[in-house]
Amino acid sequence: MAEVEETLKRIQTQKGVQGIIIVTAEGIPIRSTLDNASTVQYAGLIQQLVMKARVTVREMDPQNDLTFLRIRSKKNEIMIAPDKDYFLIVIQNPTD
Amino acid sequence: MMASKRPKSTGDKKNDSADSAGSSTELGLPDDIFPLVLTSGTQELFECRVDKDVTRESPYKILRKEEILKDMKTRAAVSDFHPIKQTVLNYPGEELLLMFDRDFTCGQNFYLVLTEESKKRILEPPVSAREDTAEGTSLDSPPCKTPECQPWVSLGSEREIEEESVRDSRPRLKYRISRVRRKFGAPVTFTDCNAQESKDKYTECTSYDDRKFSIERMEITTGVQAVPTLRSISTQTRWTYPRNMCSQYEFREFTEEEKENIANSENFRNFVNSVVSRFEVAAQQNMIFDVFFNDWQALHEEDGIFGGKVETHLKEYQSFTDLHFTKEKTISDINWHPTINGLIAVSVMEKLSSEGKINGSAKLLQNPPLIFFWSFSDPINPQLLLECPDDVLSFQFCPSNPNIIVGGCMNGQVVLWDVSAHADRLQGTRSAAGKATSANECALPAFQDKRELNTPVVRYCAVSGVENGHKARITDVQWLPENFEISKAGIPVENKAHICVQVITCAPDCCVMFWDIRLPRVTTHSLTERKPKVTETPHLNRSDVPNTFKHLDLSWKPFIKVALPKKGTGAEYSPLKFSLRDNMNDNQTGGSTETSEQNLEKSEGGTEYALLRASSAKQLKPLEDISTRFYIGTQDGEVVYTDWKMEKDNDSGRLLSTKPSHCFLVHDGFINSVRRSPFFKDIILTVGGWTFAIWKEGVMNGPIIHSSCSPKKCTVGYWSPSRPGVFFIGKEDGNVEVWDLLEKTHEASQTQNLSTTQITCIKPWIVPPKQHFLAVSDHSGTLHILEVPWSLRSPSYNEKSNMAKYFEKEVDRLIFLNKRKEMRAKEKKDKEAEEQKKKMEPKMPEKLEEQIEEENLVHYKTYLAMEKVILKNMGLLSDEEPALN
Repeated sequence: MAEVEETLKRIQTQKGVQGIIIVTAEGIPIRSTLDNASTVQYAGLIQQLVMKARVTVREMDPQNDLTFLRIRSKKNEIMIAPDKDYFLIVIQNPTD
Repeated sequence: MMASKRPKSTGDKKNDSADSAGSSTELGLPDDIFPLVLTSGTQELFECRVDKDVTRESPYKILRKEEILKDMKTRAAVSDFHPIKQTVLNYPGEELLLMFDRDFTCGQNFYLVLTEESKKRILEPPVSAREDTAEGTSLDSPPCKTPECQPWVSLGSEREIEEESVRDSRPRLKYRISRVRRKFGAPVTFTDCNAQESKDKYTECTSYDDRKFSIERMEITTGVQAVPTLRSISTQTRWTYPRNMCSQYEFREFTEEEKENIANSENFRNFVNSVVSRFEVAAQQNMIFDVFFNDWQALHEEDGIFGGKVETHLKEYQSFTDLHFTKEKTISDINWHPTINGLIAVSVMEKLSSEGKINGSAKLLQNPPLIFFWSFSDPINPQLLLECPDDVLSFQFCPSNPNIIVGGCMNGQVVLWDVSAHADRLQGTRSAAGKATSANECALPAFQDKRELNTPVVRYCAVSGVENGHKARITDVQWLPENFEISKAGIPVENKAHICVQVITCAPDCCVMFWDIRLPRVTTHSLTERKPKVTETPHLNRSDVPNTFKHLDLSWKPFIKVALPKKGTGAEYSPLKFSLRDNMNDNQTGGSTETSEQNLEKSEGGTEYALLRASSAKQLKPLEDISTRFYIGTQDGEVVYTDWKMEKDNDSGRLLSTKPSHCFLVHDGFINSVRRSPFFKDIILTVGGWTFAIWKEGVMNGPIIHSSCSPKKCTVGYWSPSRPGVFFIGKEDGNVEVWDLLEKTHEASQTQNLSTTQITCIKPWIVPPKQHFLAVSDHSGTLHILEVPWSLRSPSYNEKSNMAKYFEKEVDRLIFLNKRKEMRAKEKKDKEAEEQKKKMEPKMPEKLEEQIEEENLVHYKTYLAMEKVILKNMGLLSDEEPALN
C-alpha cells in the first residue's frame, strides 16, 4: 500500500505533472490528485477513448495490444497506460 | 364575305357529292363494285337479311332490276339504292348481284356488282382456277433441249446504256504554244507588291455561313452510365402524446470503502508497478526533447531580419501642427487616448528660456494654453481643445474613465477636466479612423451639425487651490491604478470602487503629493466647515462646465505630502519625474483595449464623483504586495529611491515621511524621464543630461547599465511596448535613437532625424492587431506620428528571457565590480599600511667593504669545494690531479 503511494508520489513530483488519476476499466475513478469534477470528467471521456484505441490496435492485428496512449494538446499532454483492469492517467505540461 | 362563303359551301357540297360518287375509285376498289348500305327494312324487303338469307358462306344475292327500280320509286330519296340510281338504270342485264361484305372490306356491309362481266367472274371463277391448277400438275416434264440462240429482243435497256456512255460531242481541239527562244532563261526581276493595295491583284475566298449547307451528325459515340436508382425515404413514427420528461444522471463513483479495498488488492499493486516504468520513460522523453517543437517556424522569426530589403526605419505616418495655436510654442506632453484608437492628446506650452521664466507670463492672457486632441482622420483640425489655467507640463487620462483628465500646471495647480459631453464626438473620430461609418454621420455636408465643424473648447472643471498645491511647476502627474488606493498613512489598501481615484504629482518644490478626487471622509469637525463651502461658489458657474468635480474646485488639497530630505545635509531633493512599481498604467500602451473597455463600461454606470467619499483606512484591507517604494529623478541629476509611507514621528506625533534610502548621482543634467520597463517590473530607465542609465530595483550599488556620454543631450526616453530590449531616446538635435540592448550596448542601433529642434516627448502606442505607432513631439510644436516597422516591433525568439539573462549578467557584473572595488580598496589600504610600517622600521647599518670581501671569499671557497666534489662524482676529475685553485 505504501509503496503504491510512493510510486505515485514519484510520478507526481516530476516536472510539469498536473494530475494523476487511476480508474477502473469501467471508468470509475479510484484515486486522483485532481478535484472530483475534473476527475470524473477525465475518467469518463478517456475510458471511451482507450476502448476505441484498443479496438483499433487489436483489429489491425489480433496479436497486438495497446500499451501506452499519449494525447498531446496545445496546453498539455495526457498520458494513459491501460492495463487489464485499470488505467493510469497522467496529465503533464511538458514544456514550461 | 358571307355572300362569298355561301357559294363556296355550295361548291363544297357539290364536290362532296362528286367525291362520293367517285369515292369507289378513290378507295382503290375495282371499278365495278359499289359499296352499299342496306337498312334492315330494305333487307327484309329484298330477303337479304344479314345472317339469315345472306351469310359468309353464301354472300350472293341476285336482285331483280325491276324490284330495285320499284323500291326507288316508292321510297324515292330515302331508298338505299338512291345513290346508284343512274347506274342501275344503265345496267344492261336484268339481275344485279348483291354481295354481303361481312368484313367491311369495301367500306359497307354490302356491295353491288355493277357490270355483267364481273358478275360472271365472281360467280364462276373458282371453277376455272381449279381447272388450271389441275391441268398444270398432270403434265410430264418435257424433254430437255438445248436453248437456241435467239435474236436480241430489245426491251428498252439500250436507252440506259446510251445515257451512261461517254462520247465526244465535238472533235478535240489541238493547240500549239510557242515562245521566242531568247526569252528562255533570261534574268528576271521580281518585285514586291502589296496585295492589299489593289484589290484586283488577289481574290479572296472568305468563309461564310452557308445556310443551305448543314451536316447532321447521325451517329455519335457517347458513354452512358447506368446508375442504380436511389430514393430518399423518410418515415415518421407515430408519437402518441408529448410528455415532459427529464433524466438526471450522476457519475458512478466508488465509496471510500470500496476504494480502499481496491487499492489494497494485489492486482492493483501489480498494475501500478508495471505501469510506472512506462510513465517514467515517457516523462523522461518529454524532459529530454520536445518532439513537437516546430524548428522551421521558430527559425523564421529570426530570419526575417536577413535577406531582402528590410524596413528598419521609422516611417512617418502623419504629422500634426496647428498654425493658429502652436506657433512659437512647444509640446510638453503627449498622451494617447486609452480606448479610442487614433486619438492623441497633446499639451502645448510656451517656449520658455530662463529669461522668459523670470519675466513672467505676460503673454499668458492673450492665448490661453490648450491641450489638443488630434485624430488620425483629420490632420488639420483638432477634435477637441481643453482650456488650461496655465501651461500644462504633464497630464494623463484616467485609466478607468478616459473622459477624466488630470493635468499639472506651471503654477503648481492640479487641474481636472471632464470631457464626457464630447465623448460621442470623439467616438465619431474613432469610427472614421477605423474606416467604418456610423449611422450618425450624415452624407450630406449641408445638413451636418454646424457645431461639429468648430472645435469645441472644454474648460477645466476643477482646479486645486494655489495655496494648497505645489509651489513650483508640476512636472509629473500620474493616476494610481484602480486596484489599490493609499490611505492617509501611506499604506496601500484595496480599492473597493475599482476606479481610479487618486493622483500623484511631483514638482521641483521638493515634495511629492498624493491627491484624492473624492471628498475626504466625513468627520464631525468638518461638517460645519464644509457646509459653507458647498453653498458658496467663488467663481462664475459657467453652463458648459460639467459639475463632476464641483466638490473639489478650488478647495482641493492633497492628503499626503511626501518630503524628500537629503541625507546628511538639510537640503531636499527636487523631483522632476517619478515611477511607481505597481503602477501598471504608467506604461499603458494600448493593445489591451479589452480591459480598458471593461473599465469604461464600469465607469459609465455613472459614477458620481461628487458622491464618493474617501473610506476610512480601518475599513479597508491593506494590500501586502504593493510596494510603497518608488524611484524619483531630480533636477540635479540624482536618482532617489524612497518610500512614501509616512512614519509616525515619536516627538511630535505627526506623520512624517521617511528619509530616502538611496540616492545616486549619475546623470549630469536634470532627469527628464524615469520609466519602468513594461516587461520587467524592476527595470527602470532614467534619462538625463548626456547619458541614460538602466537600474534594477533591489540592486543598490548603482545602475546596471550606464551609457557613455553622447555628443548631444538626451531629452527623453521610453521603452518599446513590444520588445523587451528596445527603447527610444530622443535627443537635443531632433534625433530619435533606437537602442537595442541585445544588439549593441555601446551605441544606438539606429538613429533617425525627425526635426531640427529638440525632441520633447516620445510615446509609443499599439493599435491592434499589427500597427505600432510612435508619437514624437518636438520643440517647435509639431507632433510626428511614426510607424514602427516590423523589425522593431516584433520581439525576436526568446527575447524576454534573453533580456532577463542579460540584466542578471549586468547585475552580476556590477556586484563583481563592487567586490573588486572593495578588494582593491582593501589592497590599497593594506599596501599603504605596509609602506607605513616599512617607514617606521629602523634602518639597517651599512656593511663595511672589507667585511663584504671576506664574506665573498668564504663563499668562493665553499663553491670550489663543491665543484671538486661534483666533478669527482662525475668521474671527470681524477684523484691524482691536484685540486685546481
